[in-house]
Amino acid sequence: MIKITNVSKHYGDFKVLTDCTTSVSKGEVIVVCGPSGSGKSTLIKCVNGLEPFQAGEIFVDGTSVGDPKTNLSKLRAKVGMVFQNFELFPHMSITQNLAIAQVKVLGRSQEEAMDKGLKLLDRVGLKAQAAKFPGQLSGGQQQRVAIARALAMDPICMLFDEPTSALDPEMVNEVLDVMTELAHEGMTMMCVTHEMGFAKRVADRVIFMDQGHIVEDDSKEEFFANPRSERAQQFLAKILHH
Amino acid sequence: MYEFDWSSIPGALPFLWEGMKVTLVITVQAVLIGIVWGTLLAMMRLSPIKALSWFAAGYVNLFRAVPLVMVLLWFFLIVPEFVGQLFNIPRGTDMRLSSAMAGFALFESAYYSEIIRAGIQSVPKGQISAASALGMTYAQAMRLVVLPQAFRNMVPLLLTQGIILFQDTSLVYVSALADFFGAAYKVGDRDGRLVEMLLFAGAVYFVICFSASLLVKRLQKKYSTA
Repeated sequence: MIKITNVSKHYGDFKVLTDCTTSVSKGEVIVVCGPSGSGKSTLIKCVNGLEPFQAGEIFVDGTSVGDPKTNLSKLRAKVGMVFQNFELFPHMSITQNLAIAQVKVLGRSQEEAMDKGLKLLDRVGLKAQAAKFPGQLSGGQQQRVAIARALAMDPICMLFDEPTSALDPEMVNEVLDVMTELAHEGMTMMCVTHEMGFAKRVADRVIFMDQGHIVEDDSKEEFFANPRSERAQQFLAKILHH
Repeated sequence: MYEFDWSSIPGALPFLWEGMKVTLVITVQAVLIGIVWGTLLAMMRLSPIKALSWFAAGYVNLFRAVPLVMVLLWFFLIVPEFVGQLFNIPRGTDMRLSSAMAGFALFESAYYSEIIRAGIQSVPKGQISAASALGMTYAQAMRLVVLPQAFRNMVPLLLTQGIILFQDTSLVYVSALADFFGAAYKVGDRDGRLVEMLLFAGAVYFVICFSASLLVKRLQKKYSTA
């Protein structure tokens, strides 16, 4: 589904990503973790072309992301993405947020889009909030709407960029629950997150990044039981001990 | 001691109203064209295409570095000749209103584009990312997501610029065009009551602009609490 081969990216002399290679198969759930500044968010943004990269190749569903001839908008419409700061459109109601891209990008009718939006809203437990605006919702609710908005496009895979990092602790679980359910339904997912509980429960594989390198790329059992690199051991020790 | 005599004002009102219509026409069209052309300029300025960005920057810097009154004179003196030849308009046709309108619109666009550019930049970058991630093109993201938010933030500034523009229209006196100020001057001069007439005109400008400013302030409050 997603194939990342020798991807490198730099800003001037500063290397953000170095020779990153990995892949995600259909139905697989991958958790990408690592210290801040390790390039994990950048890597996931390269997958749908939100961040350009200078070397290497990324294929999503057989389409090359780096190829200048690729219609990136078309590709992105098939790849759902959820952001750290939700990024709902504040000037639109929740239903409009869910419908706009369905109508303008996929060409669905307004009714069809509304219908689909409401169904997904129900699924994330927020049907009652349909007429509200994003500013009237809690962070956790906004993030659930953002997930529903991405799902409304019938994506072939979903990218999550630290979806719970901007949330108050008591709201983290409501978002993780939605993600867990999604994973169990067989969605292909690539999640940048520090939630190791989520990784242990849901992930098939864990990728650990440090300073722009993919340091570990293992099954979750292997990753949590015997991380090979010292850096990953330190990271796990820090993150699991509280 | 100067003796004020206001008696000539009631009779002059119809003529003054004609002048006010010219003022309003120039103001409204300059605001509308200024916002549309200014938006395009702002988008060019922010565009990754260097040529567009340079053109817009050059345009804005040129008009912002030249006094308005001079721009109006150029348009009054030079442009009619040029346009007249281009479209075969007979010499001596009165093109004062259209050249004043063009001058104002093009000049104000430069100011509007700076307001709009700041407005666009006030919308968090993540909004464009989110719109793009949903498959929207850059143009769609701008039109559906960024500009509506930018304009909402900008409404008070755009209106304030419109009020300034309303006052600046009085500069069309350089082309002897009878806007409100020009009409007041002419009629006051004719009746030998210039002082009264200009004081009256000043009062009218003040009332209109001051109430408009109050309105903008109220709007601003409403928007900032919403």
